[in-house]
Amino acid sequence: MNARIEKQKYLIDFTLSSLARRKAKNLGLLLVYTLIVFLLASVMLFTHALRQAAAEVLVGAPEVILQRMVAGRHDLIPPGYLERIGRIRGVQHKEGRLWGYYYDPVVKANYTFMVPGNQDIAAGTLLVGAGMARARGLAVGNLISFRSYSGKLFSFTIARILPHDSELVSADLVLISEADFRSFFSIAPGYFTDIALSVANPLEVRNVAAKLSQQFPDSRPILREEILRTYESIFNWREGIVLALASLAILAFAIFALEKASGLSADEKREIGILKAIGWETGDVLKMKFWEGALVSLAAFLIGYLAAYLHVFRFSSSLFAPVLKGWAVLYPRFELSPVIDGFQVATLFFFTVFPYAAATLVPIWRAAIADPDAVMRG
Amino acid sequence: MIELKGIHKAFNTGRENEFHALNGIDLHLPTQRVTAFRGPSGSGKTTLLSIIGCLSRPTSGRVRLGERDISGLPERFLTHIRRQTFGFIFQQFNLIKGLSALENVMLPAYPLGGNWRALHERAESLLGDLRLAHRRAAAIEHLSGGEQQRVAIARALINDPQIIIADEPTANLDTGLAMEFMAILENLHAVGKTVILTSHDPLVVDATIVHQVIDMRDGRIVTPVPIAEGCA
Repeated sequence: MNARIEKQKYLIDFTLSSLARRKAKNLGLLLVYTLIVFLLASVMLFTHALRQAAAEVLVGAPEVILQRMVAGRHDLIPPGYLERIGRIRGVQHKEGRLWGYYYDPVVKANYTFMVPGNQDIAAGTLLVGAGMARARGLAVGNLISFRSYSGKLFSFTIARILPHDSELVSADLVLISEADFRSFFSIAPGYFTDIALSVANPLEVRNVAAKLSQQFPDSRPILREEILRTYESIFNWREGIVLALASLAILAFAIFALEKASGLSADEKREIGILKAIGWETGDVLKMKFWEGALVSLAAFLIGYLAAYLHVFRFSSSLFAPVLKGWAVLYPRFELSPVIDGFQVATLFFFTVFPYAAATLVPIWRAAIADPDAVMRG
Repeated sequence: MIELKGIHKAFNTGRENEFHALNGIDLHLPTQRVTAFRGPSGSGKTTLLSIIGCLSRPTSGRVRLGERDISGLPERFLTHIRRQTFGFIFQQFNLIKGLSALENVMLPAYPLGGNWRALHERAESLLGDLRLAHRRAAAIEHLSGGEQQRVAIARALINDPQIIIADEPTANLDTGLAMEFMAILENLHAVGKTVILTSHDPLVVDATIVHQVIDMRDGRIVTPVPIAEGCA
């Protein structure tokens, strides 16, 4: 048993010296390998954490939103709908919401104007998201003017800037009083953008949605789970785009790794021949080379993953944020809560470390089973 | 005792460039003797040496080592025999660049997994015996030809093999170093080692410590020389 452990120690010792002897090759390989793991892990960590954050935000979202449709387009909810919805069994709470979009030509950004249901905002004042405040250089107490779609100029005082930790959903948000909203967007009293509902029994959400569809054929109920699914697919799609772009890099790496790892140099072949000639078994050579590949790939995996973790959770994914967060002018600045998915780690490990190990072992095995006689001939 | 019977070795069998390196070698090599194979380039000396040392297999024929027929043994067993029984000194030394002299010497013992301190001490002692103690930490490529050969000799002896195989050991050495090598050979014989070597260097084949010189040509033994009297 001791001899076996000693033998493994000798093999690892020799492997380390072997890695050190081919510094340039192994450092190059480690660098490219680390970069690939970093790239893939960054995308995976970022989108996973973003999904998680979106899901957490949506926990507080209404279970059902009812929108009215006219000619296939979203239209205002007319007076009377709220009362009728209140009569549907299972509806616990209903609330008409007012929100809309406003294009600000100054910074070429879209803002989301919204009347908050749970807080009063004084007339002539606004609560704005941190993204918008940054874009317009706003501070509390500043005045800001917007020209409404009717052509009239409205001036507001900034009462508060929304907290930084909600920026994922509030970067472009402008909270406004109901009276100012109706006046700014020319919406008559009793009309709403949509209606938010909560359902007493979560198992009844789909039944309530079916009743809404039946009673309001001109409207569509949108469930929270559908929104969550939409977020998922958006993030999946964006992740897919980045990974598709990264696939070129991955392919380049695969070719590089195969060439570097499997294309044994004459020196390496000679070395294998010498080891065999002086009494190393094929298995010993394979073990030694396995350790070599394992050390390079594991080091690259660990360094790459750690760098990706720091990049995503400490440096706010500065490299990929524009693609993964969206193409809006107002990028939200937020810190994601560190989330590591074991399955993702395993997947990444499987697709980076294993192919490399296989790529290195096959040609080495071929060289190792060859007759050591060639060594005799120099 | 090493016995070879009807040894043939062909390369590129079945192809246009098929080449027969050995054509029916029958040979008996006694232990604790110094035997030299002599012959021109391409006569089959190195091929024969590699078959004796289990570095390659004959195309046909039988090889016996002691009482054991090793011709049909699987590679694992041949490796085991090679490691335990033979020590090799190659013409080009075949040391591993980037490793120190000491590390090169210890390499054949790694697969045995012995105690590191004991192995280290033995390797140092061998280097000391060959007057290389002061160069033990030097990278192999920084050693002179003669020093490299002495490292190769130390490496060949690390597992305390019974048989030393040396292929053209003086081909890359000047006369002084070749004489030095012959002195080392004499010491090896004195401690009971069997030495089998190839050479066409008169300094080697004409040396008094060589008990038997076997001439080869075209893959055949042409003039087997009887064991010199008084050299045993």
